[in-house]
Order: sequence, then structure tokens, then C-alpha cells
Amino acid sequence: MLEFFVAHKREIATLTGEHLWLVGISVILAVAIGMPLGILLTRRPGWKTVVLGSNSVVQTIPGLALFGLLLPLPWLGARADRLAIVALTLYALLPIIQNTYVGISEVAAPVREAALAMGLTNRQLLWQVELPLAANTIVAGVRVATVFAIGLATIAAAIGAGGLGEFIFRGLAMVNNNVILAGAIPAALMALIADGLLALLQHKLTRVHR
Amino acid sequence: MLLGPSGSGKTTTLKLINGLLRVSEGRVAVDGRDISDWEITRLRRHIGYAIQDVGLFPHYTVEKNVTLVPRLERWEETRIRRRVQEVLQMVGLPVEEFAQRYPDELSGGQRQRVGLARALAADPPILLMDEPFGALDPLTRAELQREFKQLQQRLRKTVVFVTHDVGEALLLGDRIALMESGRLHGVYTPQEFVDSRDPLVQRYLEAFRAAQQVFETRR
Repeated sequence: MLEFFVAHKREIATLTGEHLWLVGISVILAVAIGMPLGILLTRRPGWKTVVLGSNSVVQTIPGLALFGLLLPLPWLGARADRLAIVALTLYALLPIIQNTYVGISEVAAPVREAALAMGLTNRQLLWQVELPLAANTIVAGVRVATVFAIGLATIAAAIGAGGLGEFIFRGLAMVNNNVILAGAIPAALMALIADGLLALLQHKLTRVHR
Repeated sequence: MLLGPSGSGKTTTLKLINGLLRVSEGRVAVDGRDISDWEITRLRRHIGYAIQDVGLFPHYTVEKNVTLVPRLERWEETRIRRRVQEVLQMVGLPVEEFAQRYPDELSGGQRQRVGLARALAADPPILLMDEPFGALDPLTRAELQREFKQLQQRLRKTVVFVTHDVGEALLLGDRIALMESGRLHGVYTPQEFVDSRDPLVQRYLEAFRAAQQVFETRR
């Protein structure tokens, strides 16, 4: 197995890079969309059912099916990596929206009341009080989303978007464990490392702002 | 002093003054100006606020909590430093020992002292206090009441203080506003309150005396 890895190290590196790119862009997009949505929900609780509900519906669609469903769409279907990023982003959204909402909602009522009574504006309340106190929960959501996206991104190879799934699907077709593992092991390592790094960030944020 | 049972509208009255709640009818004026004519954040920074749950920011040190309003008001750094010293000393917390601590490293009484220091920090002419000593043990409460009385004799702020404790109202109040079911029942000086023949006031005084009698009979 080791020999196989050494022999294919260049291809493994390329596919790992592709994988990282798919996941990275998707998670960044999901954070960029999900956090503002989560914040919005704390200001307009009435929208909670619609936003979280529609997102849960997306979550129930199996990964492969979602890729397939999006394939015939005009702009999306044109490029496999574009489609994969949209699908991964959709999946990563829920934990981020939800944890942002929960983290901010859990800020103690007297803290919020005191902040307003001290004359903080709504914006200052958000940036100086609510987001720092919710940071731990929000990063926990990003961790879940990231690990999940790394796993799901292996399926993106099925629609030709590249990534470590290439090895897995090829190995399955060839009934060759070495080939499967050449995709599975780097993907698993990537998930572990990403989770560890985000855990570190989470720890740091909580230490600074208990 | 706003005195009255739970649900009589004491806290609501307090929150109407700094605009945390809005009036459905009537008007609230601060310094003779209707509060709708104030810019709301200006109004609130003009009024100190201390509550039973304190509401310190758990991610800020004591110093950062206390300097919140001065920083919002963009005071100079040297003035802020001086003020932290002053105000922590006023509430009996040595700066060297407490400035860098976080709220979860303080006792209930210390937290309440920091809350008071925060309310006083920008030297607002008006203080709103909602049962600030209500959650403390009797010894700490008595100590803080005594200290607050001394502090107030020095600072001479306009204080609106919510309590359901007759003893506290008599000890700290210049005037006692008795509230009942969302209405103002009457306003008394502590002496008038003690002398009053009003049935509701009588009930408060009886309850207060009953508690004292328990003590007297055991002596």
C-alpha cells in the first residue's frame, strides 16, 4: 500500500488540493451566508421556521441525489466544481445558521438589558457583546460543517468535480483497496486536522472572552 | 424609592425612564425634556443603571466593564484610567486586586459592587437601581446598603431605587413612592410613611414589625 502511495504521490497531492479547494470555498461561503442569516433570525424570530425548515429539507436530500438534482440546471450544471461548491455550501449552511442563532440567543437576558441600558447601539450590542459571547458556539457549528463537507466532497467526484473521491470511485470500480484508501485516508486525515485546528481556534476564542 | 409587591409596576416604571420600555400613553420627562426628544443612546448614557442580576459582561474584565460608558463617550485614556481608580475605590474594591479579574472570579457582593461602579463610571446625574442588593446574603446586603447610603450623601445623585423591602426603603429613601397594581398609591417621606394611617401603608408596617417581633421575642 505504501508503495502505491509513494508511486501516486503527485496525483494524491493534486486531488487533495482540489478537495481542499472545494471544501474551503464552500465553508467560507456558508459562513458568509449563514452567520448573517443566523443573526437575522435573532432579530426576526418569525422567520425561524421558514429558514431553518427549508434548510432541514435540504439536509434530508442524500448527497448524491442533490448533485444529480442540480446537474440539469443551466448555469450550475455547466461546471462540475461550481455545482459541487453550491451543493456543499447548502449542506454546510444549517449548522452555521443554527449555531449562530443559538449562540446569540443564549446570551443572558440581564447582560443584553444592561448593555442597552448603558447606551450601546444595536450594532455595538452585536459586535461587542453578542458575537464575542456566541463565538464558541458559532465556531462549533463551523467545525461540524467543515468535517461534514470534507466527507461529502468525496461524492463530488461522481459528477466529475474532482477531489479525493476520484480515487474512491476508481478503486470501487477496479475492486482495488489500495486505490480506495489513497482517497479515503487523506480525506480522513484532512477531516481530523481541520477539526483539530478549528478546536484550537474555539479554545482560543473562549479563553480570551470567557 | 419605588416600593411595592411583585407585579405592581416598579421595574416597568424604571424601564420607562431610560426607554427600555415605551409608554403607551402619558409622557416621561428627564431633566424636563420628554424622552422622545432625547437621542436614546445619549439619554441612557446620561443615566446609570444597576440591577439585581448585575448583567456584567462575562467576557470583559472588571476594568473593561467599568469603563464601558466612558469609552463609548470617547473619554481620553488618562481620564479613563483615573476614573477607574476613583470609582472602584468608591465601591470599596482595591484596583490592583480587582481591575483585571473576570466577573466569574468574583463573589455576588463583589459583582454587585462592580455593577454599581459601572453605573457610576461616567458620573451620570441620575441612577436607576432595581433591587440591586436583593440577591445578596443579609450581611453583605446590610454592608452594601450602609456604604451606598454614605456614598449617596457624598454624591447627591438623583436615584430611583426599586425595592420590595420596607426596611431598605426607610433606610435609603428621601421619598417613598408606594405602588400597587400598576398605580401610584402615595408618596411619603420615611417619617410620613411610619406615621401614616393609610390601610395599605399599615399593612406594610405590620409586616415589617412582625419580622422585628420575632427577633425581639427571642432576645
